[in-house]
Amino acid sequence: MSGRRMSSGLPSGQPSAPPAARQAGLQIQKHALPARLTHWLMALAILLLIGSGWRIYNASPIFGFRFPEWATLGGDVGDALALHNDPGVASAIAWHFAAMWLLLFGYLGFVLWGVASGHFRRDFLPVGPRSFLRDFMAAATFRLAHRLGEYNAVQRVFYWGVLAAVAMMLLSGIAIWKPVQTYPLETLFGGFQDARMVHFLFMSAIVLFLVVHIALVILVPKTFVAMTLGKATSRPHTTRPHTTGARR
Amino acid sequence: MTRPMDLQRRRLFGGSLSVGALTLLTGCDISDHDSVQRALAAVSRWNDRVQAALFSPNRLAPTFPKAMAVKDFRYNAWYGPDKAPKLDDATYRLTLAGQIADKRPWTVAQLRALPQTTQITRHICVEGWSMIGQWSGTPLSVFLNRIGADTTAKYVGFECADGYYEGIDMPTALHPQTLMAFGLGGDILPTPHGYPFKIRIPTKLGFKNPKFVTTIYVTNQRPRGFWTDRGYNWFSGI
Repeated sequence: MSGRRMSSGLPSGQPSAPPAARQAGLQIQKHALPARLTHWLMALAILLLIGSGWRIYNASPIFGFRFPEWATLGGDVGDALALHNDPGVASAIAWHFAAMWLLLFGYLGFVLWGVASGHFRRDFLPVGPRSFLRDFMAAATFRLAHRLGEYNAVQRVFYWGVLAAVAMMLLSGIAIWKPVQTYPLETLFGGFQDARMVHFLFMSAIVLFLVVHIALVILVPKTFVAMTLGKATSRPHTTRPHTTGARR
Repeated sequence: MTRPMDLQRRRLFGGSLSVGALTLLTGCDISDHDSVQRALAAVSRWNDRVQAALFSPNRLAPTFPKAMAVKDFRYNAWYGPDKAPKLDDATYRLTLAGQIADKRPWTVAQLRALPQTTQITRHICVEGWSMIGQWSGTPLSVFLNRIGADTTAKYVGFECADGYYEGIDMPTALHPQTLMAFGLGGDILPTPHGYPFKIRIPTKLGFKNPKFVTTIYVTNQRPRGFWTDRGYNWFSGI
């Protein structure tokens, strides 16, 4: 597997690059339309859900802090208080329960497409602790090559992780939204208040993922081009030249 | 009792116009934009339908052992407990309106003579906190049948002595755990909690549990709700 990935910068199973491009050492990243649509649908939904979720959290904090108002979604707190005697929680809940449908459709669409198209099998597998540790150490010492169109083991683990985290958000969210109608779903998380805690913890995990994800996109902006327009090409590069291909 | 509310609502409406104009001028917050709020309200109505479909008339809210019931149940309203209306048994009458055959008003003594049951269920607030309480009272369905209410109608509405108003769907009104609660924690319902009775609905969020009820009406027109008028989801089932 790793030999095959070393031989070309292309995601295996994707249409091959023209021979000329391969000879020039070009890396090509392609994202199919369903992947791009569901990616941006989920991105929008997750931003709306985090912003409105933080405002809802502020109404009855689990921990000894509140999120700064500017980072939350739900309208102006002062205006809402003056008008409704409500600090914008009503609006935040309306956002939250609208965006949940976007996330549900985006997520189900992506997972179904990912399985059916072979995207998961091709690009997210195999993944194991050894390859993860190896690539993680390489990344930590700035020796991991970014090969456009190919996911290293750290990326693969992160993508599986965030997919699992979103699933946990949906499940714990349903337990909080409908604790009676879905009872005993909440007991899976330890009870109603524990389901809120689980919802908070996996939100935190997703925020951490987003920080790393967006930082890496800023480092390799071509990935943004590929995820938006569908295709990007790049010459192989690393943060330290001439180590490409030597990482394994 | 509804007149002061109407006046207040008119003032609020004037306020929302000026704030709306301010938002247009500054363009500061997308969330306050009228078209955004209209779109969110449309999704909220869609969510009402989804929740009505998810509601099962036979599914009971979880009940808890007596030891888990809170002794000093949390007071919650937009006004302080000292401002809670003190209703006098001598003058209190429960008024009935709408699609009800026998609209004779009820005294507190008559209400208390109704068959009662006790439940230990969990109150969940829209803000996220929850609390288990022991409630005693008459299933609303028993009372609705007693007064000859048209239970094929779609909604039951409530008007309250503190200016609050709420309404619920008929399936929830007929749910066996929906009570006219006269007691809390083994005692007579204390004044801040809605004496002489509150509507206790363990399948709804806390704000759908009106206190100090003075009027019950049965209707096919969706009743207004105090917090629904302030942007909260109408069905708010759990």
